[in-house]
Amino acid sequence: MDKVYTRPKSLKKAVFHYCPGCGHSIVHRIICEVIDELNLQERVIGIPPPGCSVFAYHYFDVDMAESAHGRGAAVATGIKRAYPEAIVFTYQGDGDLAAIGTAETIHAANRGERITAIFINNAVYGMTGGQMAPTTLLEQKTTTTPYGRDVKLEGYPIKISEMLALTKGAVYIERTAANSPANIRKTKKAIRKAFQTQIDDLGFSLVEILSPCPTNWRMTPIEAWQWIDKVMTKEYPLGIIKDITGKQDAD
Amino acid sequence: MAKVLMTGNAAIGEAAIRAGCQCYFGYPITPQNELTEYMATHLSRRKGCSFIQAESEIAAINMVYGASLSGARTMTSSSSPGISLKQEGISYLAACELPAVIVNMSRGGPGLGSISAAQSDYFQATRGGGHGDYRTIVLAPSSVQELADFTHHAFELADKYLIPVIILGDGMLGQMMEPVEFKYEAPEELPIRSRALRGAKGRPSRIIKTFTSKPAELEEINWSLFRRYQQIKKQETTCDTFMTDDAKLIVVAFGIAARIAKGAIKTARSNGLKVGMLRPITLWPFPSEKVQELAKSVKQYLVFEMNMGQMVEDVQLALGGNGEVSFYGRPGGVIPTPSEVYKVISRLYYQKGLK
Repeated sequence: MDKVYTRPKSLKKAVFHYCPGCGHSIVHRIICEVIDELNLQERVIGIPPPGCSVFAYHYFDVDMAESAHGRGAAVATGIKRAYPEAIVFTYQGDGDLAAIGTAETIHAANRGERITAIFINNAVYGMTGGQMAPTTLLEQKTTTTPYGRDVKLEGYPIKISEMLALTKGAVYIERTAANSPANIRKTKKAIRKAFQTQIDDLGFSLVEILSPCPTNWRMTPIEAWQWIDKVMTKEYPLGIIKDITGKQDAD
Repeated sequence: MAKVLMTGNAAIGEAAIRAGCQCYFGYPITPQNELTEYMATHLSRRKGCSFIQAESEIAAINMVYGASLSGARTMTSSSSPGISLKQEGISYLAACELPAVIVNMSRGGPGLGSISAAQSDYFQATRGGGHGDYRTIVLAPSSVQELADFTHHAFELADKYLIPVIILGDGMLGQMMEPVEFKYEAPEELPIRSRALRGAKGRPSRIIKTFTSKPAELEEINWSLFRRYQQIKKQETTCDTFMTDDAKLIVVAFGIAARIAKGAIKTARSNGLKVGMLRPITLWPFPSEKVQELAKSVKQYLVFEMNMGQMVEDVQLALGGNGEVSFYGRPGGVIPTPSEVYKVISRLYYQKGLK
């Protein structure tokens, strides 16, 4: 009998602590599948952030280290510069990557650091209880925008991937979503491409994943999946934002 | 090797390279830029080495954290305001037991302060500086030669005890030129540290972290750190004394202030005043036992610092009432002269009836 589905080798036998319907466990799994498929388990060093995914090191069976909030790109830079044989990825949320860690992220991308960022955009701060993130949509209610995000008071949702695409050192940036089997497959393909970009020594790569947070969105998992399609993707359109991996001018 | 004439900042850079420093990350700030520039010139193109002018002090210290995770000997440098920004990363380095060398060529504060030499970061350096219960080893050089020697020693201590080590200099030491001899050649290859993250090849995967949902686990981490700190106190506390044998008054000073005080003490001696000096070389651990030993025969102490009085608290703690402590300080980046300090010494000497 053919085995069609099995636990990835680089995914530990541990029960996820994530809420029902959360996107993290799906993304963890497909990253592990990519690590296995590219035969990287012995080379990968992962940097999870403070936040819901702080315990990612309990699930990934690869070397991992905790990072201060937002500093993932700087920590990954230090690792990669000290030990270039490693394949280094950061796993960061929207508050981590697009608020407190904006500077580290933009400059790592601009230097073309050979690192890969897996960027989970769920439009809220999850672990701390659903506060406004830089990516929170206009009129979206959070615990710190109880009347809805007001552009006059809180500004606009930030499109960090588009901003990063302007840096010359970023060579591959794609936005995907973890809300349907088709989108999850596309996400895996994008993650694979991002790791390959690093293996090929081309520059900075990032995959932004629109990821459901039913708990803080006050929705059922199915409503959360639908909300990504109906609302989130209007602000954050899916697709390749930048890909110069095939071009000579890739840094 | 023959002596060469160098600025203190450049001497640290050369000594670091000769100590096997592989990664340097820094951000421009006066008065330590010559060190960053030295590393850009001499480290950045070395085989297996890396130099980054980071986007911020915070990024630089987190790059240090990353490089240390991978097992590299790594360093950053800054001056007071920049060192404040680095405290987040220093706390993480201490928590995760990662060696690193951090140079503070300190300047006047608080706030943006001045770019002139000061010693007002003593509390910050010796009390941990960032959040949480931790210590860092703090070395206080007082000459360009010591900057070079202590830089080498700092890398050794950091690796031995898996701890961040701070070299607390000042803008004057960094900027001045003196003859210096480098006693070490850069190692061909350093052994890879046992907990280094280099991919789970031929071993189980490894996690470097402190975060836990179980306070008792974190308590044990704290106990484990403090057991090591006790060991450091026993083995690594160092200080220097000058003419203390027959002294009736002892000046306690560190770093560049000790250099200034030494000049004042020489004048005092030539005028028949029995004055000596205790110079802590490790500010943490503080040489309390040496203070207690001196207190058996000397009762008068003058603590001289280029701040409003910080180390003076450690002297008082060490004495525990077994001596009288006076203080003289010049904050804000003002650099007193030896004759000014001599006046303070002689006035105190007569006031206390020592003559």
